[in-house]
Amino acid sequence: MSLRGKDILGLQEMTPEEILLILDTAEGMKEISEREIKKVPTLRGKTIINLFHEPSTRTRTSFEIAGKRLSADVINISASGSSTVKGETIRDTAHNLEAMSPDVIVVRHSASGVPYLLAQALKTPIINAGDGAHEHPTQALLDLFTIREKRGMLQGLKVTIAGDIAHSRVARSNIFGMTKLGMEVTVAGPATMMPLHIEKLGVRVITNMDEAIAEADVIMMLRLQLERQHQSLFPSLREYSRLYGLNLERLKRAREDLLILHPGPINRGIEIAPEVADGPYSLILQQVSNGVAIRMALLYLVVEGK
Amino acid sequence: MDLLIRGGRVIDPAGGIDDLMDVLIADDRISRLGKNLAERAPGTRIIQASGMVVAPGLIDLHAHLREPGFEHKETLQTGLEAAVVGGFTSVACMPNTDPVNDNPAITHYLISRARQVGKARLFPIGAITQGLGGGRLAEIGEQREAGTVAISDDGRPVMNSEVMRRALEYAGMFGMPVISHCEDLNLSGGGVMHEGWVSTELGLKGVPTAAEEVMVSRDLALAELTGSRLHIAHVSCAGSVHLIRQAKEKGIRVTSEVTPHHFTLTDEAVRGFDPNTKVNPPLRSAEDVRAIEEGLKDGTIEVIATDHAPHDLAEKDLEYTQAAFGMVGLETALGLALDRLYHRGILSLPQLLAKLTLNPARALNLDAGKMTVGAKADVVILDPERRWRVDGNAFRSKGRNSPFHGWQLRGMAMMTIVDGQIVMDQGLGI
Repeated sequence: MSLRGKDILGLQEMTPEEILLILDTAEGMKEISEREIKKVPTLRGKTIINLFHEPSTRTRTSFEIAGKRLSADVINISASGSSTVKGETIRDTAHNLEAMSPDVIVVRHSASGVPYLLAQALKTPIINAGDGAHEHPTQALLDLFTIREKRGMLQGLKVTIAGDIAHSRVARSNIFGMTKLGMEVTVAGPATMMPLHIEKLGVRVITNMDEAIAEADVIMMLRLQLERQHQSLFPSLREYSRLYGLNLERLKRAREDLLILHPGPINRGIEIAPEVADGPYSLILQQVSNGVAIRMALLYLVVEGK
Repeated sequence: MDLLIRGGRVIDPAGGIDDLMDVLIADDRISRLGKNLAERAPGTRIIQASGMVVAPGLIDLHAHLREPGFEHKETLQTGLEAAVVGGFTSVACMPNTDPVNDNPAITHYLISRARQVGKARLFPIGAITQGLGGGRLAEIGEQREAGTVAISDDGRPVMNSEVMRRALEYAGMFGMPVISHCEDLNLSGGGVMHEGWVSTELGLKGVPTAAEEVMVSRDLALAELTGSRLHIAHVSCAGSVHLIRQAKEKGIRVTSEVTPHHFTLTDEAVRGFDPNTKVNPPLRSAEDVRAIEEGLKDGTIEVIATDHAPHDLAEKDLEYTQAAFGMVGLETALGLALDRLYHRGILSLPQLLAKLTLNPARALNLDAGKMTVGAKADVVILDPERRWRVDGNAFRSKGRNSPFHGWQLRGMAMMTIVDGQIVMDQGLGI
């Protein structure tokens, strides 16, 4: 079995079978990172370009390590600002990169839709490493992988995604993926950060954090972008933290075997208390480890599936 | 040379005419209308129009022709050529040029340049405020003398309600309507598409319909207060249609327009992130389109206008969030109107043509849009059944930014006559 399209753009257009294929492939990849010699020749002679139009440490490093563990040559391009500022359109940049015959281009961009634009324009496979507030498929896949690793299954699990849903690509990709795999998703956060008609995506919407935690098997805290404070989305960090932060007090209401996820980077003491982030329920660092396995699986499936 | 248009279905909403008859054009005027007209003089050119509709030339009261200042996007030459291809014989152009048309010198320039170009007639719209800055009023009286037909800060809504009130009062002295682009910039800020469940799925910032509705409400209240004439540009949503309908029942002097893209497309078109679907106001929901169709049917919306907004690739072929707002419309408007409104049974041909001829002429007090004997001979001959495929690369406009590229449409302009001269002919006169 292989993936249907040439690209990995989002979980919205993936079938449940494709998602499970990626998770299964990642199981095999994870073992490579645990060896003493963390390298296999699978993608030797292949070229991966990381085209990052938005600052990123974790995701870019994760893709770079994933590519290198598969023996591919990895080139990182960081560009900041919009294409108009740079004087070359993103499409032109991409055509120029394609002329150098890469085998896959990994794209991160602050504008929703850019990976779709490039996927249409180029023959080279595109992997979406996060586009605007739209999708972040590799993050959602590593989240699913981490949950499945802990629980052994996904179907029927109750997941709460909490925080700034409106501006979160992590939330969207997880909602698309989790609902496809039969998980029950609740989104929690202030009404100002709930996008219109989010319930049409098959999720329950709650503005009270204590209620949202009560029955959850998994809680995924989203990073609060601090500049939102100036957009009248919430009055102060203090109030946000009190109403929506995950702290020990609030955790008393949760199930004993709750799993806590966070896509990082975390704001300690704002959306998550330090003792929770570092506590026994937290899977934050496992998520990062699993991210490498997921990205190895995707690079392998995309490049070898050509 | 005289022109004799034979055997067409003549539809002139201004004269209440809808009948098979001939039209004789002598010099620059409509000379006679009637059955089996004889030639007046030897050498008359006969145009066989059986199966065709003969109507007053279309009027577009909302176009951006970009000259002066943005000639890389459009010039009066290319814009007015595009107009006549689309069946338009009169075009009102918005003042957001560089320099802004907020003074008589620019108005004079536009009028004289358009005369050199020929093709369609040009009616400049002046700015409401100096430099479209939203503050001090432009020299509206002097501009009126120079030839402007309305005032508008289109694209830069006047956020200060006091300034808008004074503009309505002041323009009212000259009997000139104020054309309002209704958008609360605080509510719409940063939005790139309709706020609804498609924007939620795509993760693009939405513009709520309320951004339009609050300003429509405000401007209707100001029109009532001042008794002046208000024309609401590019109505995009159900709420605005309801507000305008209520205002008309109260006797407020308001007219309004809708664009072909707003009665044809919904926010679903944004899936795939094609920047050619990015327009302001944005493409709305299916319910909004239904309300607009209702408004067209019951006369709440009396004008169809293009909001023709050509852009070059450097500003359009970009990330969705970065791309410029706007789409070209002069060469697709009639086809879309016939295809989407007439052929789908929403409007009859006379109703449809009224919204493209008589009604825009009335909204801006233009001496155009009629075919009565003695009127200026601005005529369009159209084939309502003709099927054609939209080819953006064949546009006369410099703009290629159309979401309708590749669409098959039913109905097109076959010949356009301005001042008794054939300015566009798709093979009808041969």
